[in-house]
Amino acid sequence: MGKSVIIIGGGIAGMEAAARIAAMGKEVILLEKSDQLGGHLRKWDRLFPTRRKSDEVFEYLSNGLNDKVTIRLNIKINKIKKDDRHFFVILEDGESLKSDALLLTTGYDLFEAGKKEEYGYGIYDNVITSADLEAMFRNSAEIKTSGNQKPRRVGFVHCVGSRDEKAGHLYCSKVCCVTGVKQAIEIKEKQPDTEIFCFYMDLRMFDRYFEDLYYEAQQKWGIQFIRGRLSESCENPDHSILVKVEDTLTGRPLKMTVDLLVLLSGFVPSSDTNKLADMLGLLPGSDGFLTPVDEHFRTNETQVDGLFLAGTVKGPATIENTITDARSAAISIIKYLEK
Amino acid sequence: MISEGKKRIWNEYQKEIADDHYFYVRSCVRQNFFPGSEKTFLKIMQHELGKDVYENPSHTTCTGIGYHSDIVPFETAMTVIARQFALMTEAGYENLVTSCITSFGLYSEVLETWHHFPELLQKIRMHLKNATGREFNIPKNLAHASDLIYKFRNNIAAKSTNRLINKQTGKPLKAVEHIGCHYSKMFPSKGVGGAEYPYVLIGMIEEWGGEVIDYPERRHCCGFGFRQYLVMANRGYSIACSRKKFESMEPYKPDLILTNCPGCPMFFDRWQYAISEMEGKTYGENDHGIPVLTYEELSGLILGYDPWDLGLQVHQVAVEPLLDKIGVQYNPLEKYQGIDHKDLGKPNMPSILKFY
Repeated sequence: MGKSVIIIGGGIAGMEAAARIAAMGKEVILLEKSDQLGGHLRKWDRLFPTRRKSDEVFEYLSNGLNDKVTIRLNIKINKIKKDDRHFFVILEDGESLKSDALLLTTGYDLFEAGKKEEYGYGIYDNVITSADLEAMFRNSAEIKTSGNQKPRRVGFVHCVGSRDEKAGHLYCSKVCCVTGVKQAIEIKEKQPDTEIFCFYMDLRMFDRYFEDLYYEAQQKWGIQFIRGRLSESCENPDHSILVKVEDTLTGRPLKMTVDLLVLLSGFVPSSDTNKLADMLGLLPGSDGFLTPVDEHFRTNETQVDGLFLAGTVKGPATIENTITDARSAAISIIKYLEK
Repeated sequence: MISEGKKRIWNEYQKEIADDHYFYVRSCVRQNFFPGSEKTFLKIMQHELGKDVYENPSHTTCTGIGYHSDIVPFETAMTVIARQFALMTEAGYENLVTSCITSFGLYSEVLETWHHFPELLQKIRMHLKNATGREFNIPKNLAHASDLIYKFRNNIAAKSTNRLINKQTGKPLKAVEHIGCHYSKMFPSKGVGGAEYPYVLIGMIEEWGGEVIDYPERRHCCGFGFRQYLVMANRGYSIACSRKKFESMEPYKPDLILTNCPGCPMFFDRWQYAISEMEGKTYGENDHGIPVLTYEELSGLILGYDPWDLGLQVHQVAVEPLLDKIGVQYNPLEKYQGIDHKDLGKPNMPSILKFY
């Protein structure tokens, strides 16, 4: 009987790794907690920096899943055990699944924006998150306030829950800056009369074409970038949002009203990752994400023989990097199985 | 405004408040600012609620005003506070309740510091022993007096003769609540409801029939800010802060401002007068100001106490419009009479702000 792999987490990394391992002739069981594959990708409309529809990426990933991949949805894992050679994943209903290798691709959760209490998410009607805005894009809806009006002014708050000691997350979530710029441009495309202000600490446009997008936002669309972290937001009588921020380039406090405030929520380790790490005896890094055995050379392996990691379970990453990492994990797993 | 969101946060910030037997420490300034408040607190706790509240005349300032004005070093403040703990310990009490928000904040800061730096606690024990021969236990429970009124707000409601309802319209009175900065902004978990959406005063207002207004500058400082006022050259900043808040709350037409700090009611009350003289602007109805009450004064009104026994005649903003809305019985002729019915003399009338 051929060797098999269980992959836990049916998002981008899980789907791509499953496709690559299956393409090399191994049986894969792909476990997903929700009722569909794709993870966060299914909630996004267009992707930075190319503005490709997320559905195209999902279609590509789905097409890779051949008949060697068994997809199991709505899965709850009760326990994971390992003997000398095999992993046993025990499901909530008692079913036991056996494999020769195990890959964790349980990804990330979005930081709960309500934890930044001073920004008023979940309290003020017109404070939303980047994910909420993306849902509006996905529904092809006009961008509107809670009062069903087109916003005249929209504010974006960068680094919500990232690079923030008070929130307990010192790390950068990497993709929020460019997501904010992309979303700001998309609002301008849909509703050109909207004024847009992005409040940032510094813009980390690290990857290819990100800087181009940032320039386009300023030069073509007149989106304004104000360097300063929000101290608080409050609700005006008309339900617009009063924001207070220090403009650190002019060294002056700034108070302005926006009709809609978008919080760019960062990444946090997913709650499932934490549970599974406990079951498997994996120690997270100081940021809470899981850590491979070597950060340079063995980037998908763990201290547990046969247990691998891929994607944002190891920390914030772009989709491109997640796909590449999933392929890398697939190669490492095949090499391990053929030992 | 999504009230469920606020309730979620309030649930996350519930603190333990002891049920009885408190060692009470007064504020340095409140008996001058609003002289009936502390007396009313003791009356409510001891006589209405039957609680054991003890105060020792030997207790001193906590040094909070000096500490926050950078003239008292932290070790000195800690040693003075250790002495208050010694008085509490000697009197056989374990629960400490402060009248002053700044004291509450500083006591919390000291306890938190000792928790993280136990060697500093040992050092302060030694300082106190050397200076006074006293020893002390750390309080089991630290509360601000507004926490206790919050805790027993239902009992007060059960004994109430007045409600925060407009007698003429039958509608809830609209209240602005303002907690002092030192209540929970430094240690959100030490305050009922946390720092961003504090509940301690809201709980009282809602329980007693009123409606709370949230307004854009709710979190802003009252204007006291210690050095904003204590340094005379900065007082323009103090009044500008208060004015910013009045301008922000004005469109909601509040019937009263409720406070739990020694400084906040003082500045809300006095600066309304100053602004009326400087700019001819008043923030209440018909050239009145917005009445400003301490939580003890409001509790007293709810319980039907005579407003002049509560000390409401020393407010710069006339409270009569609020008393009339609630339906409080009062004799205007007794406003400026002392307890012995001697005439205390009337203040000069402001030029703009309506006063009686």
